[in-house]
Order: sequence, then C-alpha cells, then structure tokens
Amino acid sequence: MAQIFHRSTNTVARVSIYGSLVALLALSFALYGLSASPYYTDVNQPKDQPVPFSHRHHAGELGIDCRYCHTSVEESSFAGIPPTQTCMTCHSQIWTNSAMLEPVRASYRSGRSLEWIRVNALPDFVYFNHSIHVHKGIGCTTCHGPIAEMPLTWKANTLQMSWCLGCHRAPEKFVRPRDQVFNPNYQPPADQAVLGAQLVKEYQIQSLTNCSTCHR
Amino acid sequence: MTANGNNGTGKRGPDLDALRRRLAARGGRQYWQCLEELADTPEYRDFLHHEFPHDPAKETGVPRRDVLKYMAASAALAGLSACTKLPEEKIVPYVTPPEQVIPGKPLFYATAMPAPHGGGAAVGLLVESHLGRPTKIEGNPQHPGSLGATDAIAQASVLTLYDPDRSPVVVREGRMSNWTAFLRFLTPILEDRKRIRGAGMRFLSESVISPAMGAQMRELLAMYPEAKWHQWEPAGRDAAREGAQLAFGRDVNTVYHLDKADVIVSLDADFLRQGPGAIRYAREFISRRKLDGPESKMNRLYVVEAAPSNTGAMADHRLPLRATEVAGFGRALAAALGVLPGGPAASKNVPQKWLQVVARELDSHRGSSLVIPGEYQPPAVHAMAHAINAALGNSGKTVEYTDSLEVDPVNQAESLRALVSDMAAGKVDLLFLIGCNPVYSVPADFEFKAHLLNVRVRVHLGPYHDETAEQCNWHIPEAHYLESWGDTRAYDGTVAFIQPLIAPIYEGKSPLELLAAVQGKAGQTSHDLVRNYWKTQHVAKDEKAFEAFWETSLHDGVAAGTAFPPKVTPVVANLPARLPVALPTSSGGGALEVAFRPDPTVFDGRYANNGWLQELPKPFSTLTWDNAAMFSPATAERLGVSSGDVLRLTLAERVTTAPAWVLPGLPDDAVTLHLGYGRRRAGRLGNGQGFDAYALRASAGLWAAPGLKIQPTGETYRLAATQHHHIVDREGHRAEEESAAANDPGRGIVRAATLEEFRKNPAFAKEEEEEKTSGLSLYPGFAYTGYSWGLSVDMQSCVGCGACVVACQAENNIPVVGKHEVLAGREMHWIRVDTYYRGELENPETYYQPVMCMQCENAPCEGVCPVGATVHSPEGLNEMVYNRCVGTRYCSNNCPYKVRRFNFLLFSDWTTPSLFGVRNPNVTVRSRGVMEKCTYCVQRIQAAKIESEKQDRKLRDGEIVTACQQACPTEAIVFGNLNDPSSRVSRLKARERNYGLLEDLNTRPRTTYLARVRNPNPELGG
Amino acid sequence: MSASHTPPIIEPGYTFASVSDKISSIILGRRTPRWWWLGLAVSISILMVFNLAVTYLLARGVGIWGINIPVGWGFAIINFVWWIGIGHAGTLISAILLLLRQKWRTSINRFAEAMTIFAVACAGAFPLLHMGRPWLFYWLMPYPNTMGTWPQFRSPLVWDVFAVSTYATVSLMFWFVGMVPDLATLRDRAKNRLAQVVYGFLAMGWRGSAVHWHRYETASLLLAGLATPLVVSVHTVVSFDFAIGIEAGWHATIFPPYFVAGAIYSGFAMVMTLSIPLRKLYQLEDFITMRHLDNMAKVMLATGLIVAYGYMMETFMAFYSGDTYEKFMILNRMTGPYRNFYWTLILCNVLLPQVLWLRRVRSSVPMLFVMSLVVNTGMWLERFIIVVTSLHRDFLPSSWGMYYPTRWDWATYLGTLGLFFTLMFLFLRFLPVIAIAEMRGLVPAGSGGKKE
Repeated sequence: MAQIFHRSTNTVARVSIYGSLVALLALSFALYGLSASPYYTDVNQPKDQPVPFSHRHHAGELGIDCRYCHTSVEESSFAGIPPTQTCMTCHSQIWTNSAMLEPVRASYRSGRSLEWIRVNALPDFVYFNHSIHVHKGIGCTTCHGPIAEMPLTWKANTLQMSWCLGCHRAPEKFVRPRDQVFNPNYQPPADQAVLGAQLVKEYQIQSLTNCSTCHR
Repeated sequence: MTANGNNGTGKRGPDLDALRRRLAARGGRQYWQCLEELADTPEYRDFLHHEFPHDPAKETGVPRRDVLKYMAASAALAGLSACTKLPEEKIVPYVTPPEQVIPGKPLFYATAMPAPHGGGAAVGLLVESHLGRPTKIEGNPQHPGSLGATDAIAQASVLTLYDPDRSPVVVREGRMSNWTAFLRFLTPILEDRKRIRGAGMRFLSESVISPAMGAQMRELLAMYPEAKWHQWEPAGRDAAREGAQLAFGRDVNTVYHLDKADVIVSLDADFLRQGPGAIRYAREFISRRKLDGPESKMNRLYVVEAAPSNTGAMADHRLPLRATEVAGFGRALAAALGVLPGGPAASKNVPQKWLQVVARELDSHRGSSLVIPGEYQPPAVHAMAHAINAALGNSGKTVEYTDSLEVDPVNQAESLRALVSDMAAGKVDLLFLIGCNPVYSVPADFEFKAHLLNVRVRVHLGPYHDETAEQCNWHIPEAHYLESWGDTRAYDGTVAFIQPLIAPIYEGKSPLELLAAVQGKAGQTSHDLVRNYWKTQHVAKDEKAFEAFWETSLHDGVAAGTAFPPKVTPVVANLPARLPVALPTSSGGGALEVAFRPDPTVFDGRYANNGWLQELPKPFSTLTWDNAAMFSPATAERLGVSSGDVLRLTLAERVTTAPAWVLPGLPDDAVTLHLGYGRRRAGRLGNGQGFDAYALRASAGLWAAPGLKIQPTGETYRLAATQHHHIVDREGHRAEEESAAANDPGRGIVRAATLEEFRKNPAFAKEEEEEKTSGLSLYPGFAYTGYSWGLSVDMQSCVGCGACVVACQAENNIPVVGKHEVLAGREMHWIRVDTYYRGELENPETYYQPVMCMQCENAPCEGVCPVGATVHSPEGLNEMVYNRCVGTRYCSNNCPYKVRRFNFLLFSDWTTPSLFGVRNPNVTVRSRGVMEKCTYCVQRIQAAKIESEKQDRKLRDGEIVTACQQACPTEAIVFGNLNDPSSRVSRLKARERNYGLLEDLNTRPRTTYLARVRNPNPELGG
Repeated sequence: MSASHTPPIIEPGYTFASVSDKISSIILGRRTPRWWWLGLAVSISILMVFNLAVTYLLARGVGIWGINIPVGWGFAIINFVWWIGIGHAGTLISAILLLLRQKWRTSINRFAEAMTIFAVACAGAFPLLHMGRPWLFYWLMPYPNTMGTWPQFRSPLVWDVFAVSTYATVSLMFWFVGMVPDLATLRDRAKNRLAQVVYGFLAMGWRGSAVHWHRYETASLLLAGLATPLVVSVHTVVSFDFAIGIEAGWHATIFPPYFVAGAIYSGFAMVMTLSIPLRKLYQLEDFITMRHLDNMAKVMLATGLIVAYGYMMETFMAFYSGDTYEKFMILNRMTGPYRNFYWTLILCNVLLPQVLWLRRVRSSVPMLFVMSLVVNTGMWLERFIIVVTSLHRDFLPSSWGMYYPTRWDWATYLGTLGLFFTLMFLFLRFLPVIAIAEMRGLVPAGSGGKKE
C-alpha cells in the first residue's frame, strides 16, 4: 500500500528530536539572560523626575557634599531625601525664576511635597541600613555608581541579592577609607587588596551573610 | 510633633489627614458607610500605591468569581525570585521637616493610659512613634504604676487607636453632623439652663479621677447649681468605697506594699491582674519569690476565691469558696484572730484546720502580713480586712491609706439609681453621657434604656457609636488617649500627663473639650485646659518654674512629688456594730449561685472590638472570642452539663442563654459569668460575640447572687479554646488529659517542687540522663565567637497575665485570624502561655509556661526545609526567612514545640487602610502561604547591634530587650548574650532550677526554664 | 503446585494473526461500546471537580483544607504517598519481571505501566498543590539564580523532586518504547487516514526489520535495568520524608522496606482492580487468565505479610525502646481519637487478606476483586494513620489538636481519581491495552502460521 509519510519525514524526525533539546537549553539561557538584562533590572536607565535634578551639576561640578541633602545617611537606615526647604536654601537666591524649578517653588508655596521617582528601590522584605555601611567604609559610589557624572540619576547596579552577596562575602574588595566614603570621584588604589584587608581589620568589618542581616 | 504618616519615605503610613478631610467632605450619609466608601477615594488609591507597590488587590483572599484574575496574579508573582521588575515607587519628602524626626528612626514619647481595668489608675507609658504613627506601647520605668512593664490591655490599646470601627464623626439623630453644628445647637439650650440654674441638667460619667476634669466638674456644678453629676462604672469599686466607709468612716485609697509582706491572704482578690496598681503589685509580689538559691526565702500566699484567678494560680494554698461564702470566712478569720467577735459560723466548705493555720500564720507575722479584700466582695469583707490589717499592725507597714484617687467618691449604684428615678419622673431633660455606655452596662433592673428615652436632649461622648449612642440625639466621637491631652493619677496618686502622639484621626473630642464647651469655653484645646488647670495648682512658685515643671513632667511621664501622702486612718471603734449582722446568704444545697466577673481580656465590654484582646486566650479556659458559663467539674457532672452545651440561665425572671464550660478549680454549686460580651454595637469584631451577662445582673447582687436556674436548650455551641482541655478518666480518678501527660516524668514538661524539697535537692529539675548526654555529638559544634543569644523563662515568676502575648503581636505585626480559624487550630501567636494543672480537679495547682521558639542548637526544623528558608545564624538564632519560604510546613511538623505559625490563608489585613498605621515598619508583613515564628525580636537585635557598631563598641547586657521581656510585669523573661558569663541570662541559666524543654530530644534549646517552686505550709501538707 | 494444574498464560488455539486481530480490534474494529462513553463521562465530570478544587485552592490558599498546627500535612501528602505507591506495581511488573523472564507478565504489563504513569501524574500534583506558595515550586530545583542561593539538599523534599521526576521520565520512556511495534501494527491495520498518520507518527517509522527488533529488545532491557532500582528507590525516598523527621511514628529505620512493600501491595491491588473489569468488558479472559490473577494474589499475600511485619515491629519497638513518646504514639493510635481508622487499617491490610491463602479465594474472580478494593482502602488508611496520628498529639500536650478533612480535601482526593480514570479510559480506547508483539511471542510454537 501507499506510504503514509514522505521520505523526508525521517530527517524531520531526527532533526526535531535533537532540535527540541537544543531549543530547551536555548530557552533557559534566554530567560536567565533576560533576568539579568537592563530591561528587568533597570540598570543604567535614567528616570524622568518631576524636576530634572542633576547630580552631575550639584555633586560633581559644584562639589556639594552628599550629606548636605541626604542628611540622615550617617544615623539612619534611610539616607534621606531633601525636603523642599533644602532646595530653597539656595534656590530662593539663585535661578529664582527658572521654569525648570517651578515645581520646587510651587511645592514650597503650597506645602505639597514633591514626588520623586525612586531610582534605587529594594523589595519591602529587604532591610538595608545606610548608616552602618557608611560607617564601615563603603562609599556612596560603590553602590550608586558614578553619581557625579549622572545628569539624571540612574541605577548603577542590579541590587539583586547575588550582587549584595558579592560584597558581603568579600568586603575587602570594596571597602575604602572612611574619609573617602563621600568622595564621588574616589578611585580604588592599585593595592586595594592590601588596603582592603587592613581596613577590614581596622573597621572590624564582619562578612555578614546570614539571612536576618537583611531579611526580618 | 505629630507628622502625618504619608510624608518622609515611600513606605510609610496612611495619609490620615486626607482620609479625614474626605470624611468631613461627605454629607448626609450615615457615618458607618463612609469608611467603606473611602475605598475608592484617590487618596486611598495612591496611598495604597505608596504602601503596596505589588497591588494588594491581587494578593488578598478573593471571592470565587475573581478566581481567574487571581490565578493570573499568582502566575505574575511566580517570577519573584529572579525576573520580577519592581514596580515604580515614589519618594515623598517633607516640605519643611519637623524637628527631631529622622525618617527611619523611631521616637519615644512619655504618656499615660487611664486604665479602667485598673480602677481608673494610670499606667505610665513610653510610646514608640514612626514618623508620627504610634506603633508600640511600652511601660515607663519612671512611673510608679508601671515600672517599665505593661499589661495586655495597655499593649492592645494602640490597636483601638486605628480601629476602623471607631466613630469618625459627630452624629445627630443617626445622620452625619459636625462639632460646630453641635455647638450651634448647644449654646441656646445652655442659655435657658443658666436661667433656671441648670435644673433638669444631668451628667453621667465613669469614676472621675482626672484632676482637671474634676475641676471642670466643680465649676460646672457651681455654674448650674441645680444640675447633678452622676458616676457609674460597671466594674467599679463601690464595695471598696463602702467598705472604707464602714471601717474608717470615709473613702480611702489603699496602697499595698507586697514586697514587705511575708504572709498574704487574699479574700477573693485578683490583685495580680485587676484593680489599681496590679502591674506594680505583681512586680512587688514576685520580687519576694525569686529564688537565687536554696537558701533564699519566699513569701507565702493563701487565696480564698470564687473563680480561678491568676492570683489563685500563684497561691501556695488555695481554697475555692462560693462568692457569698468568702464573707463568712473573713468573719471567722477575724474572730479567730480576736479582731471581731465571732459572727455567724463560716460555711461548712471552710476546713477548720485551714482557717486555724491561716490565723496562726497571720498572728505570727504581725506587721509583715497582709489581708487583701477582693474588689468584687461586699463592703463587710473590705471592712473586716481593714480591721484585721489594723489589728495585726500592718497599717503603715505592708498597707497604707491615702486620699481617694477619685475626685468625688460616691456610691455609684445609688448615684445611678437617683439618676434613673429622676429620668423616670421626667425631671431630666438634658443629659450628658460622658465616655460611658450605660444602655449596655447598667444593671438590668434599672431599665436604663426605657427611662433614657424620657430625656429630651441626650448627648453622648464615646469612642464608638455604641448601644448608648444609638439612643442619643447627639453622639460626639471621643478622642483616644493617644490623640488628646489629659491628666491621670497612678495607684498611689502620682500625677502623669496624657500626651498625644498623633492629631485626632477622626473628629474625636476629649471629655475635657466637651465639658469646656458646656462651660461655654468651646475654643479651648484639651492641652490648654490641662495646662491652665495645673498652673493654678501651686505646683511651682512662678511662671518659669511651672514651665520647667511642665516640661520635665512631660519628658519623664510623671509629675514628681505628686503622690498622695499616706494618712494615719484608725478603724472606727464600733465596727462590729456597724457590720451587717446577717452575712449574704449562700445558696448551697444544690441551688446554684452566680458570680459575675469582668472579662479578663475585654473587661467590661469596652474592648470588645479589639482583635488582639479578643484573640488573647483567657486564663485557664484559654477561650478566645467568647465568654461562657463556667461550672466546676463536679457540678457539671451533677447537672449533666458538658462544655459547649447551650443553657438557658434564669435569675429572678431575667433570662439569657450561654454556652457552658467546665473549669477545674471552681467552687461547686456556683456558676461564673464574665461580663463584657454580647455587644450589639461594638464594631465588626465585637458584635454578637459571646452572650450578655449584664442581662442577668441586678443592682441588688452586682457581683454575686443566689438562685440561678439553668435549663439545657439541647443545642451546642463551638467555643474556640487554644489549648484543648479534655477531662478524662485516668486510673479511676478524673484528670485533665493534657496536664496528665505534661506531668508525666517521661516528658518532664512541668518541673516543680516545694521549697522544702528544693532545699533538700536543689537540682530537682535536672535529669541525670539529660545531663550526661547533653551536647554529645559526633561532629564538632559551631564555635560562637561573637554573640550567642539565649533566653531564660522563670516559671516561678510567670503570673500568666498574657502581656507578653499581645506585646509580641504588636511588635511583630502578627495578624488576628478570627474565631473560625482559632477553631481550626490556626491561631498565630508566636508566644503562648501554656497552662497545666496538677492534682485533683476540685482544686488543682496551676502552672504557667510561656512557650516561644526555643532557637534550638540542633533545630529539627532547619534540616527539613527544602529551600533553606529557616537557617541557623552565627549568633545562634534560628532565623525564619519569610520571603524565601514556599510553605511546605515540614518545619512545623518537625518542630517538637509546635511554636511555628503558618499563614494558611491571607491572614494579614492588606486592605483596611487605617490598620496599616499600627504596623511595625521593621518587620515584614507576611503574606499567605508563609511560615512565621519568634526570632527573639531579631529586628531589635539588629538595630541595637548597628548602633553599637557605629560607636565601635560591644553591646552591653540588657541593651537588647525582647518585646515579651519588656512587657512582662514580673521580669519572668530575660534575654541576653550567653557568651558573656556575667550577663543576667547566663547567671540565670547557671542556677540549679534551670532546665530545657524536651531536652531528651537533644534539640539543645536556647530558651530554657527555671523550675517552679511553691511554698506550702507543712502543717497543711502539699 | 505442579505444572499440570497451572492454568496457561494464554488460552490455546491462538495464532499470531488472531492475537493481533483481537487486541487491535478493540481500537480499530468494533464501534466504541456504550459503557466506555459512560465511564469517560463520569470520569471527566469528576475531573472537573478536581479543576474546581484546584482553582479555588490557588485562589484562597491551603487554608481551605483541614490542615492546621500541629497537623501541617493532611490529605495532600496522604494521597501523594498512596498514588506513588500504586504506581510501583507497573514498574515492578514491566521491569523486574521482565528481567526475571516471567512470561506471564506480558499480558498485564502494558496497562500496568499505563497505570503507573497515570498514578505518578496524580501523585505529582499533590506536592505542588500542598505548598503555601505553589508558584515558587521551582525554588526546589537547583538552577543558577540572581539570589545566589541553592535548594537545601539535606531536605528529603528535595530528594523527592529528583526521585519522582526520574521515576516519571523512565516509566514514560519504557511504556512508549514498548508500545512502538504495536503502534506500527495499528498504523498498518488502520483504515482511515487520520489514524494512520497519528499512529504512524507515534510508531516513529517502525518497519519491523531485524535491526529494529534487535534495538527494540536492547532498549527494553536497558530501560528495564534503569527502572528496576527505581522500584526500590522511589518509595524509599518517599519514606524518608517521614523517617528523617523527629516525630514519634515517623522517625523509624524500618520505613524504607516497609514503604516499598506497602507500595507493591497497593500497586498489585490496583492492577487487579483494573484488570478484572477490563478482561470481562473486552473479553480478554483468554489473555489475562486465572493464572495472572492467581500470581498477583500471591504477590499481594507476600507483600501484605511484610507490611504486617512492619506494623508489628512499630508496636514492638515502641515498647522495647521504652521511649515515652513512642509508647504514647502507639497507644494513641490504638485507643486515641483515631482508633477506628487504625483498627480498620489492621483489618483491611492484615486480617482480611489472609484469606488469599485459600486457593478457593484466589480462583474466585469476585472475591479477588473485593480483596483488591479492601487492600487499596487499607493502604490509604495506613498513610492517613502515619501522617495524622503521629502529628496530632506529639511532644507538648499544650499543642495537641485534631485534623478534620474539609470538603475541599475530599474534592481534591476524589478529583485525582477522576484524572486517573479519564486517562485510563482514553488509554483503553486509543492504545493497545495488551502488548500485541509480546503476546505473539506467547503463541505456542508451531501453531504460528496455522489457520483456525
């Protein structure tokens, strides 16, 4: 009787058998790649803000200290977002009628808060504390990246758990002298290995990787 | 000082202002609909957006038709681990920052809670505030009535502040109105009243203790001479007041010094849990029972009581007597001591030997003994107690008398009777009901509700739109004590100011403000009223000094040197003559007698809508969400009643139906009924829970009455107890099943001895086997180089008050699950107070054992979790990682202590905005399908560690205090670093009485117990 | 017993052709019988109940079940163990008996394997559904992730993931490979185009050449070799879920053998429950003969005795060890709130099956059918007793509780039966229930080509 299938079916069959395996692998790699891609992690994606605040200008060109605005960074878990008042300390004097700053003045007049878009967000079950990191010699730019070069702020790191662990497992690679913590242009020295080890001892930095360090 | 919650960072409390504005904006609606309608205001929506980036609507339990949507949500959540894009969040900074407030750091303010369950005496508090949201109540160490501890009700009071069912707006005739409208209405009426000197004008309040309010009261009565002021407190101290009248010819405030007493006799007094100074007294009492070693001494407590009480559980000798028999016992005791001529013979239920021994003990401890009369015993008992204490020379030593705390002490029953008859006679046409709920709580025979409607203008001030508000033309929402200014007195008269932590969330007004309005000083804030009153009290010589006084008092939470001085008060000569000849008749002979008691958790009913208190297991019965008619096992057997049977209770033509509960240790032929349930308008939690015992209560027998008739209805009712007590037959005699097992030496769960045994064998709590094998392992243990946390629980000190349970619930955002879930065995408390009996059911010894996670060194739970969601920390904690948990529940199955709790459904409330305010921002709010448990308040540990590291120093002992430890009135719980041999906890664990629960399983628990030692009198055996 | 009494494993008078005819005609020949439609309809409607139960479960959470603290595992785990156990007979028959050259297995191995696969499918559902957050099931598998975490390999639940998935894969392969020649037969005999294409596709170009047969034999043997250890390993691992635990009544070294025996016990019971109606409805008495039933009955008797020994040892050890909790656990099983379950279990698994000693019983089809049902019930009760009574009253009396299944527990349990039988009916209708090729091998030599 007549053949039900064309000869080529054999080839098709063989190919599809191995092909399916390959496809499966490819898919899983794709998924993993996606989860690490800026599309998901938001890394290097500047966010539009109600006021186009430029860290490059303020922290970089003018060299204003981080703590001038982020006042509670040394004492609280939360680094602090400057109240409108802080902006107005200068901007009641300069750029007093630039359109760009109208929202700030409006907020100051009306008493309604500015609503900034959060750039570096963590899930609610993660308890990060700025003050202790700063105290142990972890610089702003270690996590927040080259802030002094950001016209609009973006997220410099994924802030994913594995990324946190990278430092918590080997702090000596990232720690810097306390007096350099707020220096946005700090570059780790060639002998970071030596310096790091020494600072870790000096600042009594423990490599805390147990869960309740961050999850409570 | 009160910042509104929404400012600061993106993850903070609700924009309450906005919600309030919204409420005010809506008109012509019945108030209780408004809250629901809030759900779709823009404020609410973007508030939710701030609070819950993962749209909670997708995560909450849903009606079935939303199922598909829901599954989609589940699918969406699936990515959480790796590839979930965090939704956009907003940061909303202040415009101008309030001073002191640092986002991310809590502030603590001193204030005081007027504690109705403490006879109106204050509990001094320190309240934790996160960006203007009060979240947690702590005791104020400087306050004499608190000494840094609290009780369950004080702990739970912060939840009432955020109760969505609190009355939000002024209501006129059931329709929404506002304060100004009320003032407009009031002014002309008051004008008329002025002309007729206030005739027909009446005030009804609870006992007035606030000095400022007292002053207003006097001014008002001066302003309206014909007006009358009445006071009524459903669980008031009439008996004590009248007793003092009998003994001293005037009302006094009795202050005990339990730390000075070697022998204490309680005549049906639950002084460790109820009445003024209970927290203080618990501390003092236990301070004489803490045992450093075999050589240390102990006081001895004899308790005669009508219903099992926490005090009775601490007794070395306990005698259950029917409420009406106690007076006879007191009289006999007085006679035996030669204080009073022998009266009528005591009931046959009083063993003569017992009486003799007690008498001898008291006699041999003149000046260091103490007889305490029960709040709910008739005046005669109080008078006799006073007389005995005087005769034994205890006055001035173990007991002192001062002026009454009340501004105007009156016989409240009589005061109320007068009011009711006036109302009946139509003599009243303007009635102010201030912070009370008489329609619900007044004795049934007064028929208050019927007469109330004779009054033309009825104005009600109260926190809820309750049974009384319903019957009034005007209802004014009463501000919570955390929302308004005021002043209080502690059990010894010490003044503490009530300082608000937040602006009224709703349109609440304090009693002071309402009374000011009646005085025509509507403008004044409660702050000014309190301040101005104290200006006139010569507490300071000039303006500047007063300023200092005011500031320090606010800061410390107590006004220094305002305690009442003790007064020498001799007992009147002709006391015997003044005592009632006929003692209250005890029914007996098969007839049932009823004893009324305020409920241990919801008290007189005012806390009925507080979920934390409703779900707090009541002592002994461990009932939640219900009250029941309590029978002794023998009586229940005789009447053929068993737990859960619904009975028809009849007391002199008054009828109610109640479920029965069989409770060991009750006197026979007596039924105990707890007040405070069967509320109709308490709120969504309190409505319809339990039965209304007030329906049976008459002014004649406020606390006890003979002649109760019961009649089974044939129905049964499911009561939700957290610890199921089955009464079973064991080797012929009836026993309580769980307790029998707990006392089995093989399990060795409860370990106790008498003082003598302890002195003979100090290590009675140890087991050689355990000692030999403890710590044995094939593998080298983990070296704890840094801290190593541990906890010690002293069963000797635990009085079973439950403060720790609620404190833990408040600190750790533990959800309330409701009666149905408790019935299913799913209550969520991380710490529970296990109760075991030992001995005969008629009068067993009671043992309390608080159980929280043991943080086992060899934790059975850790090995079996497939995802490593529960792991051991380098400081010895058994950590629970909620966000990693997938909910296999294997850990809980494998936990021998069953201290793990599981979110079987979405138990946390993710939808009621007002409840978000009470959450502790430092603890994750768990979602459904997640296991949770105690971690020694790891958030507190981390916070303290970070602070110490920032100062480059080690933690000091006592720097970290767990929530349960902080709340405990008797310091039964001590937390600390086991690596520091000098730490308190290490020293406690070094004691002979130290033992670990189920140590034979080699779990090596970090929480250990100090065995209980009782001090019975050898003459009475036991 | 002597060979003369042994009933044959295939009735005389069959030829290669008639064997093929008889079996393939079930699928291709006669029109679908009414009872099949009826059976399928019932099964599918029960399956719908399952879907409802699962949907509601995902919507509300596991709280819709009767589980609580202390009894954190209820029906879900009971059913999981029960279903996995049932699966075992299939693998045993197809793999071990193949290696042991037990010819009688041929006529039952096909649907026994099918039963295995469907049972594993039902079993597999429960570990997922019983999780509090089932959408995170993949956290139990080791894969590189952004959390830098791994599963916790000390946990038996993780071993389960591997054990069960391996088991499912191997059984499926074995079943399919075994079917290839028959699918070819069906392809060749099929009349309509669709059937030809479908079976043709599944037959993977089988031409019955010597090479094909050679590879086929080798593959079967290899797979049999793989499957054999699984018969033992899978239920051993499942038993670890309990044996690793600290609970009295779980923490016992006897669990692995005792679980495996139990598994085969219930498995054979289920094979019997299925084969008896099957042979009747399709007039396959000639292929599934009394010999088969008799052998299966004997296996049940043997494994049943091992299980009984297990119960005995549990009780003995409890008292011999002198351990308070063990003693209490046993007494609580025998006299506690769940005593009726315990004694029913003893009745079903130990006492009643002893009648299988009697040949009269083993040769009475109705009796065997009843016994198979009895044993299935008994084995389910055993899992109930192990899971519930060990948990509900353990170490601290204050935490004692009770477990009452809710209607959702029942819906999920019965629902899986719906799933199982739906698959079974589809299998009966569209695939050869008996291995045609292998049955041909049983046709007495010589009668091969002869016509009737």
